[in-house]
Amino acid sequence: MTLVSNSRSDTFLAVLGRWLLRNHIWSFFALTVIVFSLSSPFFLTVNNLGNILTQGAFIGILAVGMTMVMIDGEIDLSVGAVLAMASALAIGLQDHIGVWPAVLVGLASGAALGFFNGTLVALSGMHSFVVTLGGLIGIRGLVFIYTGENALMVTDFSYTEIPEVYLGPLSMTAILFFALALFFQWVLTSTRHGRETYAVGDNVEAAYDSGINVKRHKIINFTICGTMAAICGILLSMRLGTAEPNAGKVWELWTIIAVVLGGTRLIGGYGSMWMTIGGVLTLAVLRNGLRLLNTPNYVELMVMGTVLILAVALDKLLNMKEET
Amino acid sequence: MKFDLKDALRRHGLLLAFGVFLLAVAANADAFLTLGNILDVLRQVSITGMMALGVTFVVLTGRLDLSVGSLLTLLTVIVVDQHNQSGAAAAIVMTLAAGLAVGAFNGFLVGFVGLNALIVTLAMLSFLQGLVLFYSGGSNVNIPNAQETWFAVFGRGDFMGLPVPVILFVVAGIIAGAILRFTTFGRKVYAVGGNQTASVFSGIDSRWAVFWTYVISGLTTGLAAIIMGSRVMGAQNTIGQGYELTVLAGVILGGTSLLGGRGSIFRTMIGIAMLGFIQNGLLLLSFPYYVQWIVTWAVIILAVWIDIGAKRGRIFA
Repeated sequence: MTLVSNSRSDTFLAVLGRWLLRNHIWSFFALTVIVFSLSSPFFLTVNNLGNILTQGAFIGILAVGMTMVMIDGEIDLSVGAVLAMASALAIGLQDHIGVWPAVLVGLASGAALGFFNGTLVALSGMHSFVVTLGGLIGIRGLVFIYTGENALMVTDFSYTEIPEVYLGPLSMTAILFFALALFFQWVLTSTRHGRETYAVGDNVEAAYDSGINVKRHKIINFTICGTMAAICGILLSMRLGTAEPNAGKVWELWTIIAVVLGGTRLIGGYGSMWMTIGGVLTLAVLRNGLRLLNTPNYVELMVMGTVLILAVALDKLLNMKEET
Repeated sequence: MKFDLKDALRRHGLLLAFGVFLLAVAANADAFLTLGNILDVLRQVSITGMMALGVTFVVLTGRLDLSVGSLLTLLTVIVVDQHNQSGAAAAIVMTLAAGLAVGAFNGFLVGFVGLNALIVTLAMLSFLQGLVLFYSGGSNVNIPNAQETWFAVFGRGDFMGLPVPVILFVVAGIIAGAILRFTTFGRKVYAVGGNQTASVFSGIDSRWAVFWTYVISGLTTGLAAIIMGSRVMGAQNTIGQGYELTVLAGVILGGTSLLGGRGSIFRTMIGIAMLGFIQNGLLLLSFPYYVQWIVTWAVIILAVWIDIGAKRGRIFA
């Protein structure tokens, strides 16, 4: 935290420079935008930018919940399976109980599974990696059994029109992502729960000793993460009009990549929604830009891997400077 | 020495519960505890088991290797494709060399550069998946003369009535167990996982210890790929997808702690075998296929919870 300074002699540029150093993902984001703008004439169009935001918003909404859990020093590997569950329930139940009740049940399933994961972590003292790895396998099994191993289709296609609301080039999905990210940034910086999130992630024992109810706190964040996954799943089901049992497979990995790329640390106590927005947008721009350039699919996968390693290496380098 | 029931239950409770499960299934499905079925299950688990041996080394140092699934895909594609192009012997050498190289690269980034193991191997998962598509051009490869090549022995062969992959798995397990138990390297692995700071002050170069665990993980994945290629006689671009999680599930089920320092090869082999028998048993009892995933979920949670609960002396944290 030595980079934060209250000295009045700071020029605007110096403040900006320090902010960029801590949020280096935004420099990287700017770089990718410039490179793709120069290399593809289709990149910097309002239409394409709107598409990027919509495409990125799905991983983005998952990443919002994951950031809360990761600042706590935990991880949730089950978000992809929870997403599939919510989307299957929202589509599978709507012919029986109506569209909005089905959506509500989908949301509730995400909250319940998140609550269940969090409770297991808090009560057992197991590492969340183990708990949610089990969840990833088991919840996916539940989805396959519920859907009968088939993709569920909507019968009333007005369901797919629900998210087709636009504010200029911004889709409702993208707006929802930004709204959720900003809301939880506010939670992180301006509420007791948010301050406690950093405290718990930084040093669990110190947090416990200073009177924070660590267990309840973690359960809340896992419930938030599960709910975010359910929101993502329901938006996906609206967009596709189907719920596949394999929906969201390996999305937990993309989500972790986006959050870590942003600069939030796996060990906890450090991170923000600004970083996560940066990570999500950078990932979305990379995927979109590489496709516009007609690169084969493997280039995308290899670039992602390389960028991720460079990002953590850079983070480590900057971090060492900060400490000296 | 006094017999301590509580301690014995803690140490072998998992095996006991597993024994009860085996008997319960056997009572309801006649085909379960026959030699043929047992060998079939062992043959099935020999691939994940082989990978789990190497991953156990990594996990014992308190680190993770999520790249083994993608690596298995890449190496299986390589071994099958090179078998057709350069012959079986050259294919095996190349596969093992590629496995060692990827392991060494992971080990370098985690051990020497000091990057987070989860992120490095996650990045490698993505990168290797890309490399698979690059190498294969997106098409599946297969071995046309499956009946004639001696390469078939690794996945399909029998030796004195035992399947060759099972023999390979058990022999590799014995070697791996011996390395962990009887060599200084093995002791270093436990020391680094138990307390990295203390290990440094004891004069252990944790960087090299971590490095070699990833190399071993690359090697065992190479051996698994040879068994896989030989058994399937072909390779799709997603053949190993998700294996990293199955392997980890087996390692965790065996009781090896993700925090490092606690666990053993023997436990991993038991854990992997349990996953195989649970799957096989539930199918023989004609449960729907995906029920095994839900049971695996429950078994992982219960096994780990009981393990750390017993260590802590009370159930709840």
